[in-house]
Amino acid sequence: MMYDLILVRYAELSVKGKNRKKFERQLEMNIRRSLKSYPRAKTFRTFGRMYVELNGEPFKDVSEVLKDTFGISSFSPVVRTELQEQKIFEAAYRVTADSLKGRGGSFKVSVRRINKSFPTGSQEMNQQTGSYVLQRIENLSVNVRRPDVEVHVEIRDDAAYISGEIIRGAGGFPVGTSGRALLLLSGGIDSPVAGFLAMKRGVTLEAIHFHSPPYTNEQARRKVEDLGNILAKFGGRVRLHIVPFTKTQLAIHKQIPDNCEITVMRRFMLRIAEETARRSSIKALINGESLGQVASQTLESMYAINEVTSMPLLRPLITMDKLEVVDLAKKICTYETSILPYEDCCTIFLPPDAKTRPKLEKIQFYESFLEIDEYVNEAVSGIETIELTGKSGEREKFEELL
Amino acid sequence: MMMIYFDNSATTQPWPSVLKTFTAVSEQYFGNPSSLHPQGARAQRLLDQARSQTADLLGVDKKEVVFTSGATEANVLALTGAAEAYQNRGNHIVTSAVEHPSVLETLKELERKGWEITYVSPDTEGNIHVSQIEKEIRHDTVLVSLMYINNEIGSIYPVEEIGKMLRTHPSVLYHVDYVQGAGKIPLDMYESGIDYLTISGHKFHSVKGIGALIVRNGRNLHPLFHGGGQEGKKRSGTENTAGAAAMARALRLSLEEAAVGNDKLRRWNARIEKVLRDYRGVTINSPVSRAPHILNFSLNGMKPEIIVQALASFEIFVSTTSACASKAGEESHVLKAMNLPGNRAAEAVRLSFSYDTKEEEIESFIEAWDEVYASLIGRRESVL
Repeated sequence: MMYDLILVRYAELSVKGKNRKKFERQLEMNIRRSLKSYPRAKTFRTFGRMYVELNGEPFKDVSEVLKDTFGISSFSPVVRTELQEQKIFEAAYRVTADSLKGRGGSFKVSVRRINKSFPTGSQEMNQQTGSYVLQRIENLSVNVRRPDVEVHVEIRDDAAYISGEIIRGAGGFPVGTSGRALLLLSGGIDSPVAGFLAMKRGVTLEAIHFHSPPYTNEQARRKVEDLGNILAKFGGRVRLHIVPFTKTQLAIHKQIPDNCEITVMRRFMLRIAEETARRSSIKALINGESLGQVASQTLESMYAINEVTSMPLLRPLITMDKLEVVDLAKKICTYETSILPYEDCCTIFLPPDAKTRPKLEKIQFYESFLEIDEYVNEAVSGIETIELTGKSGEREKFEELL
Repeated sequence: MMMIYFDNSATTQPWPSVLKTFTAVSEQYFGNPSSLHPQGARAQRLLDQARSQTADLLGVDKKEVVFTSGATEANVLALTGAAEAYQNRGNHIVTSAVEHPSVLETLKELERKGWEITYVSPDTEGNIHVSQIEKEIRHDTVLVSLMYINNEIGSIYPVEEIGKMLRTHPSVLYHVDYVQGAGKIPLDMYESGIDYLTISGHKFHSVKGIGALIVRNGRNLHPLFHGGGQEGKKRSGTENTAGAAAMARALRLSLEEAAVGNDKLRRWNARIEKVLRDYRGVTINSPVSRAPHILNFSLNGMKPEIIVQALASFEIFVSTTSACASKAGEESHVLKAMNLPGNRAAEAVRLSFSYDTKEEEIESFIEAWDEVYASLIGRRESVL
């Protein structure tokens, strides 16, 4: 089945009065960027709609890309025909057959005649198209109330446009319309999913990762880069900040009693993340915490940890069960990478018993023996920043070889 | 004189870019994929990418790809591995009499261990029918093993239909030797209900020493080699990263050529057939609907070695039976199983082409054949 265009709809955007133009522009830019590998596909906007002109690119591949693009509520493949009745009937038949995918079912035809010089009226076209399709397809019935497929025929000045199937998009807002936020990316299952959900609401993502060589190895770092690259596919680009964390971690390990170590470490991570965000004028932090999942994610722990920052700390997974997160991780293809068995900095100095109810006063007292600002500033100034564009340099090298 | 190589079912010439990949990977990614250091990790990631690409091209999951040293190992692993893992289900295996020796000899070995093997024979056209296999299935049948394309005569066996038939026998496992089809004729492993699938790199322009057994998720397999537990514990031994990369590349390039290449080869294959039929004493042993790259014929009363040598003096290289079993004077077990009249099974010559074959090579063969025939038999008298 050869389609000429894809009609892209964006429901949530249409309620945004004055920002609408900005949203549309951003969405179009994002679509263009993600369709880079399909150079013949072109986008254009007209009458408050967006189209992707395929020019011979395969609909199936392009639709896979659109499914992952935030800000699209749904889209439909469209056939363009000359303004001749017979051609329109034929296209309507092909679109109906394709939308039903070989199963029987019900359909209805809706004709809009925008081009009033077209000789046949829309009512008459409705009937004629409907009966043509009915005769051509077995096990097909008409249902005007709740059809399985509604075939839209638009008769415009230049051509007729016929579309059927409505494919659900990813929803949300186009990435880049809700400002920037900094994701604490560990390499576990949760944090990439948190980043994904933030992107869904239009956030441009930057990520920060705490690396403690030689206690954490190259592979752990690579794994985080891979995760960032997967996330970049949803939003074009993810800037990853890698923090040298060994010195801070060793100092905490030496100074702080075992059962408070995790709490203090998290407080340092937040301080470093906040300072990094401040330096790039980022307005919010994101993490993958889910209430009660582990010792450091109880309300008492959050209270004790969150105290170090006044920046909004978004927790997209806060109410999700582990299984829900895992399902989502599988869906966005981060799961496989996340479960690779490389230790990150949270798992190495794991004390035998972490406090599930740390007392803030106690934590503050223990911390007072550490040169907090010094550690934070040293870590921040040692940050290495890399741009992730969805493909690592290594992967490109591999692709050349293979 | 340029060499004309018409023995591509025995092995193919590795493509230059595939060799380049093999060399580059051997130089730059020589680390042991199991090592912890970055050099090992790099090799591991490349191996993983080669595995993913191989899986994608075959339409399977990357966890299902088990790299082996080649097709012989993959076949032996599938047969003995499945037999051992599922011996509680019975001790009967159904196969065909025209399989590759690596299957037949392995099954003979299993016979010595108490397994019962049923061999289905093709008809005189070289075809095998679903009903023949179905008839042989018993309550204690553990495995059906069948090739997709016969390496000697190019017949295409109905592996998809047999797979659909086997759905009504859910306890029977299904192994397909896909060696002559991989990279050329697509086969949907899941649709066809295949549990074990064999491929070999050097049959589609990769280097030798690399192949794979695709093991359907959830199917057991007793390993041949015990050791470091590589390849998901199914095949121990340090992974051949360079070979896997070379094969993944060759498979991709081969499939890119396939549509146009098959079309081309079908035309030329038919053209040579038509020419050959015009010589008295020639019979075509390949069935009408056959793989595009294979054509098998016999010349009445003529030892095939003589034809091979005569054509070789024109720098044209063809083969007698399959290369693995081509000891002089031995008749082809495939043609023998077809029960052909006369001495045809001992007189078979095989031409096998590749996507590199050129039209002028086809024409050169036709000219050379005329001279060879004239020197061996005499001037051609038209059969018509």
